[in-house]
Amino acid sequence: MNGELAIDVTGLTKSFGGRNVVDDVSVRVRRGEIMGFLGPNGSGKTTTIRLLCGLLVPDAGEGTCLGHDVLREGEAIRRQVGYMTQKFSFYEDLTIEENLAFVARVFELDDRRGRVERTLERLGLGNRRRQLAGTLSGGWKQRLALAACIMHEPRLLLLDEPTAGVDPKARRDFWDEIHELAEDGMTVLVSTHYMDEAERCHRIAYLAYGQKLTEGTVDEVVAGAGLSTFTVDTPGAAALSRRLQGRPGVDLVAPFGNVLHISGRDGAALRATLAAAAAEGPAFDFIADRPTLEDVFILLMNQSTDNFA
Amino acid sequence: MSAHTGRFRLSLARLWAMVVKEFIQMRRDRLTFALLVGIPIIQLTLFGFAINNDPKGLPTIVHVADAGPHGRSVLSALRNSGYFRPTEEAVSRAEIDRALELGRVQFAVTIPAGFERALRRGEHPQILIEADASDPAATGNAIAALSRVMTNALVHDRGDVTPAAPPPFDIAVHRRFNPEGITQYNIVPGLIGVILTMTMVIVTAMAMTRERERGTMENLLAMPVRPIEVMLGKIVPPIGMGAIQVAVVLLAARALFDVPMTGSFPALMIAVMLFIAANLCVGFTFSTVARNQLQAMQMSFFFFLPSILLSGFMFPFRGMPVWAQTIGECLPLTHFLRVVRGVMLRGNGFGEVAANAWPLVVILVVVTFVALRRYKRTLD
Ligand SMILES: Nc1ncnc2c1ncn2[C@@H]1O[C@H](COP(=O)(O)OP(=O)(O)OP(=O)(O)O)[C@@H](O)[C@H]1O
Ligand SMILES: [Mg+2]
Repeated sequence: MNGELAIDVTGLTKSFGGRNVVDDVSVRVRRGEIMGFLGPNGSGKTTTIRLLCGLLVPDAGEGTCLGHDVLREGEAIRRQVGYMTQKFSFYEDLTIEENLAFVARVFELDDRRGRVERTLERLGLGNRRRQLAGTLSGGWKQRLALAACIMHEPRLLLLDEPTAGVDPKARRDFWDEIHELAEDGMTVLVSTHYMDEAERCHRIAYLAYGQKLTEGTVDEVVAGAGLSTFTVDTPGAAALSRRLQGRPGVDLVAPFGNVLHISGRDGAALRATLAAAAAEGPAFDFIADRPTLEDVFILLMNQSTDNFA
Repeated sequence: MSAHTGRFRLSLARLWAMVVKEFIQMRRDRLTFALLVGIPIIQLTLFGFAINNDPKGLPTIVHVADAGPHGRSVLSALRNSGYFRPTEEAVSRAEIDRALELGRVQFAVTIPAGFERALRRGEHPQILIEADASDPAATGNAIAALSRVMTNALVHDRGDVTPAAPPPFDIAVHRRFNPEGITQYNIVPGLIGVILTMTMVIVTAMAMTRERERGTMENLLAMPVRPIEVMLGKIVPPIGMGAIQVAVVLLAARALFDVPMTGSFPALMIAVMLFIAANLCVGFTFSTVARNQLQAMQMSFFFFLPSILLSGFMFPFRGMPVWAQTIGECLPLTHFLRVVRGVMLRGNGFGEVAANAWPLVVILVVVTFVALRRYKRTLD
């Protein structure tokens, strides 16, 4: 049943104050798939996720979520979806345990105590169960929120920047867990600004100005951008970066320490420009490299003319 | 001037920065602005036009057992005084008691059988005027005016009697339910209602606004809770709080002011629960409208003001003009005051409580309907 679509919506549109914040976006996610949502700030990721779980009513669009109509069957969808908000939205004046118990009751879960206990254990928060959620550090709040929204074993997880502010070790644990859940058939839609997380998704979609610009596996997205990338290892990376800026074929220049990443959509023109620049001196060697996802995204961002703040 | 000394100076530029910022914020906060303008106007209207400490046209039940001409002229004199407005006629003692106990009338006038004959024989018969004195302020002026009214009635009626002569009959005034005219008897039961209005509305007025302000609303909406569940969940816990408040006031009323409890306590408690629920629902409705907690507070205050002034708590309800009484009838406190005074002072039981408390049920249903309509299941 792996071909079954957990999310299948088309033409999703939402405007605020006459501005299309989500503009004709279609989302298709197969069951058990991890779909990454990427895009600059204000591109409409949060709004799209809210539309999917019925928190906002779309101006246009239709489709199904877990087989239920997104416009009419919000109630049924809510029961089977775990939504983790971008901003911490559990009760800061309740303890960790009380928050979990509240969620368990609202979802009418059986074996409430057992579930809360196991969740606390898995989080490693067993001995801090009586601590007020508001006094947790930012990263721990995120981990609590995730634990709370998978407690009712949802069939679809909507995660809005779940790892913002979480340390690398916890982030890795988090993603390991996401993959485990997906293997058991849970579908995950996750928004993120981290490239390494994007690479751990089965598929990614890139949004800008409320429009979906590209979609596919990481390799497909990188290949689809048709980008050529060269790297130059030189001590004068910053100076070279300024020299290359704006030359024909050069779309992107970014220094990473002593290594300069230069990318462009027109590979031949870029190569010619680099050869000419090396000849002008000071000389440098340039080698063809594989464009990274970040290169692709920055290019996409630069191409998008204007962005809503 | 060095930078060092400058630190201690008042900087006009910085002051201006604050002033500009505050002005912008004030302009955005429309409700505060509305309150600044609205409250003085409302206060002025209520105190200027609605409140009247010399209530006239008080509903009066009359029992005429002797329909002779003198009895008639006494009645018309009462009516002409402006204080008494005969609204119903009783044929039995029981009817009078019931009308007074329900609080339907303020006065009962009884012209006894054989009044006319006794008058002719110079036996000084008695006209009985019973007053519902649970609110001394409502009846005080009318009673004070009685002897003048009677003398004038006779002057008017029989030109031969000199104005100074005492009327050839007696008027017996019975102040019922609060014979000594103790104001506390009226105020303290009313306070139960006022305290509940003040606290219960505020408690739930914060309910949804707090969820919205803290961002927990988004999570709540994403979970499968229904609006009615949220509403009841927010309303049930404070009911217990309200019950404790009532217990405290009742005990204090007994211990400190000796206020009696002549009626049915269980009946009163049922009305208390209804009244608490109505106020909590009003507060909940505010919280679905208010954008922040300050607005919720302001709305509660806006509701509290007419509740105090137009419900009959501070000033006699019957002294107010019709428009003010109409507003008063829409407020839960008005109806609760009738119930609580009825039970504590006039010995009301379940029947009388039901007769006075049904508007609370109507208010409760209407407000709940509005609240659930206002409650949005989305963030739009
Ligand atoms: N309730 C609202 N009223 C008006 N505009 C809104 C509202 N919610 C979102 N927007 C606008 O919609 C656009 C998209 O916002 P959204 O939160 O979906 O972006 P995002 O991709 O999640 O950004 P970020 O990466 O910063 O979280 C923004 O321009 C934002 O200002
Ligand atoms: Mg967002």
